[in-house]
This record gives sequence, C-alpha cells and structure tokens, in this order.
Amino acid sequence: MSEPDVFVVADNIFSPLGKTTAENFTGLKQGLYAVKEHNDPDISTASFFASLFDKHEVFLERNTGNYTKFELLLIASITNAIEQSDIDPVDKKTVLIISSTKGNISLLETETYNAELKKKISLSHSANLISAHFGFVNRPVIISNACISGVLAIITGLRLLRSGQYENAVIAGADVISKFIFSGFQSFQALSQQICKPFDKWRDGLNLGEGAATVILSTDKKHKGNMTVKGGAVSNDANHISGPSRTGKELTYAINKSMDDSGVSAADIDFISAHGTATIFNDEMEANAITMAGLQNVPVNSLKGYYGHTLGAAGLVESVISIQSLKQGLVFPTAGFQELDKNMNISVCASVLPIKAKNFIKTASGFGGCNAAIVVGE
Amino acid sequence: MVKDGAALFKNHTANAQDFLLTIYQHFRLSYPKFYKMDNLSKLGWLTSEVLLSGKFEAGAYPPEKTGVILANTNSSLDDDIKYFESVKDIASPSLFVYTLPNIVIGEICIRNNFKGEYALFIQDEFDAGFMEQQVNYLMDNDILDACVCGWLDFLDQEYKAALFLVEKNKGDTSLLFSEGNMNGIFNSHGEK
Repeated sequence: MSEPDVFVVADNIFSPLGKTTAENFTGLKQGLYAVKEHNDPDISTASFFASLFDKHEVFLERNTGNYTKFELLLIASITNAIEQSDIDPVDKKTVLIISSTKGNISLLETETYNAELKKKISLSHSANLISAHFGFVNRPVIISNACISGVLAIITGLRLLRSGQYENAVIAGADVISKFIFSGFQSFQALSQQICKPFDKWRDGLNLGEGAATVILSTDKKHKGNMTVKGGAVSNDANHISGPSRTGKELTYAINKSMDDSGVSAADIDFISAHGTATIFNDEMEANAITMAGLQNVPVNSLKGYYGHTLGAAGLVESVISIQSLKQGLVFPTAGFQELDKNMNISVCASVLPIKAKNFIKTASGFGGCNAAIVVGE
Repeated sequence: MVKDGAALFKNHTANAQDFLLTIYQHFRLSYPKFYKMDNLSKLGWLTSEVLLSGKFEAGAYPPEKTGVILANTNSSLDDDIKYFESVKDIASPSLFVYTLPNIVIGEICIRNNFKGEYALFIQDEFDAGFMEQQVNYLMDNDILDACVCGWLDFLDQEYKAALFLVEKNKGDTSLLFSEGNMNGIFNSHGEK
C-alpha cells in the first residue's frame, strides 16, 4: 500500500523555559533546567522539585474566553505553531488532536462538584472551546492514554493523514500540575526529592512538570524536504496496571513495529529520546527494551531532568526537542545522569553530543501497561 | 445486559455498583482483582468477559495482534472524585491508579493477554464513524487480527457499555463491522 509522506510543518513548546521551540532549545543549550525547588502549599505542605509556571504568568494577553490555565496553555502553544505555518484551521482538511491525562482536574480542588463542574472538567468541553477559539470545523480528536498520550496523539495524527481522511493535523498536548496529580504520585512514592536522575544508579523517582507542546503534520507535497514522521506503533504489557513489564519485551515490540512501519532498521537510528522518568522500574524496563531492540549502542537521552514529567505533553515536548536536535545536529545530555545503573547496557548521553543524525526514535510508556514508539527523520 | 441481540441478564436494582456485582455473581465469574477495580474498570471488565465468552478462542491470534480501542465521555471522573476525597485524609494509591481512563483497557489486556495496539479516546458522544475508521486502519494494515472496541462510560449512577469484537476470521453470527451496524446496536439498548 502506497502511503503519503507525513511532514512536520511547524511546532511549539510552551514551558517554564520558554514560549517557543527556539526559546526552549536555546535554554537547553545554555544548560537551563525548568525543574526547581518550589514552596507551594496549594500543592504540597513540604517543599518539592517540579517544573511549574510562575503563579502570575500571563498565558494570553486578553483572556476573553475565560479559559482555564489548561486551556490557555493549549491555546498559547497552538497559536504559536499555527503562526509559523500556512495551515488554516477552518479548512475541512485540517483536524485538531488534543492530548492530556488530566486536563482541568484541578477544578475539583477549588469548586463544588455539580453538573456545571462536571461539564467544565470534561476534556471534550475544553477541546470544543479550543476548537471554537481557532475555528476548526471538524470534531476534535481527544486522547487520554496516561503517559503515552502525546506519542499516541502523533501516531493517531499520522494514521488519519495516511488514510487520506485529512491533509493536516494540529496535534497539541498539555497538563497542569496541582494537588490532585502531585498527591497521587506522592502516594505512589514515585517522586524524587531532588532533580531526577534518569538511568542513573542512584535514581530515586520522577519530577512532575507542566507545559504544552504542539506539532503540525501535513501530507501536502509542498512541504517536501521537511522532517517526516515515518511510522509508529503501540503495545500493551498485559502485566500490571501500575507497574511496567518485567522484561521490557512489549516496549521492544512497539519499537520494532515502529521501525518496520517506517521502513528503517536499528542501524538507521541515530539517537533515542527515551521516556526515562527516573523511577527504578521504568528505566530498567526501558533499558532492557532498548537492548533487546538492538539499539544498545545508540545514544539515548531523557529530557525529564529539564522539564519534569509533563504527562500528556511529554511525548510532544520531547519529540519537538528531538526534531530540533536532528535539524541542529545536537543531542542533549540526560540532565541528572552521572553513572549508569549496572543492570543496564545502553549508551546514555551524558554530555552535549554533536551528531549528524537522520532518524530518531521517541518512546513512551505509562500506567495501564501502555508503550508507544515513533520514528522521525529526514 | 444484551449479547448478540439476546437479553442475558436483567436486574432492576437502583444502585449501579450493586448491578455490577450482581452481574459478576450471576455469571459465576471468579477473578479476585475485580473487587479492587473502580466502577469503570468493573463495567469494562464484566462486559468484555461476557463479550468474549464462548465465541472467542484465546490463543487463536498472536497476543501482539489483539488490541482494544475504546471511547468514553467522562474519562475517569467517577474515580477521580473518590480519589480526591481520600486526599483530604490520606491519599490512596489504590484509588489514584484508576484516575486514568485507559486503566480499564489495561485490565482487559491483562485478563486476555492482549498485547497489541490500544487507545482511549474522549468524545462528547459515541462516534461510531471514528471508531470504524480507527479499527479498520489497524485491521486493513495487518496491525491487528482481533480488536475489542466500543464505548464505556461510568459516572455517579449513570453508565453504559457497548463493546464489539472485531475479527479477521468470520464467525457464524458475524455482522459486517460498520458505523451503521455499531450505531444500530448502540442506539437500540440503554439510553443515548
């Protein structure tokens, strides 16, 4: 079956490090971290490490729609991405895809639960508001699939474009950190008390982060020469709802399937943008999977030490940085990483790596036993 | 509860949680994890058990080629509210894990050793056309051989589950997998 190429037309990262992809990439080049120590009694009684926006941050000059912070993040990110492209949201051939794990859940903390709040919390309500803000004419597609949401949103966009149903996809993800999410990860004893250390022998948990990111894809041939999303795949561990696979075999399957779907082999992969949350079990499972896929000598990084785990945005944030890494020939080190866990046999990127790269793999894994991988390249 | 057009079980209990438990007991199911699940997972797990019993041969397809694609409207809000109540005292990790709408898919995959593609979409209402497109992509591109798909929603006392088994191998009672057939079945049972 002959399928059209799916080009990356524009992108954005809206994070505490910057409001555009360029600001974020420059920030990482300067060695900046968005993860910092915070004291915020609304989130936690004790101080904690996370990547959060300033409480007084203005996301949109005139918030005439009375949007929530979650919606504003998405609007700001999508606005910037659309401005860089000639994509018309009103075009029937354009679809909006929204990715989030918890959307407006923080409203449960401050408002009384009733029919009105039930509506405001629903992701479809937010997606409809955002869709109307830009004038998209098609029904938005909404993905809420734990920590693979962002990568799955890209895969969903890729398939909708390949099948010819749409020509352009605006794919945006966001999550906001509040007491609801923080207390949950804390109850799992999954949070680190310092900047997290992905793949490190002393890693002790993750940092949470908030932000949004957008990728615009198109099959329009005029974008020939741009990076393409070459393929993707999803798998399930069928093992445990809150712990990863014991072997990593299922993530390996997703990685291999994504390479098959892309028509590339392990030898064509120049670097890996891993999920790398810095929890004990996730990182070990991922390292096993990378090795089983024959990618143990390929440079791997995790960006969680810079941004924290941005949940429904993570797959998009990390894909956008990796696309810039391809363009600029520069792979970032894994912030927080010093010494490889002796149970792992992978090539973790520990310092800035100048590289002539053609393809990268982005992976993600999450609660519910889900795994996803995409290949992006020239 | 209706399967392939035939009513299997009726209970006029007013309480949704009691209804789920009576289904579990009626079909003499034995799966201790059931009791730990949130309402959405219980509803999805029970429906998938009934859907797959009898006609679906475990092991007929490679695990990597079996998957689950679901949609709902209220995400995991039913459990979100219960979890956040617990935060006022001591945050409960066993409630927190269910504060994601895709966990029910994990439960169905664990039970049936499904290891292939999976996705959870949030929609205002069941979009059978979108579901048809998503599942057909996976079947036509030889990514899946069998897929459980459909609608699964639970909030407060309102709930609805409509799951469909889509297979490459045609069975005696098989219908064509289509938007029209899904809508016909979806709209003729329960509300909305």
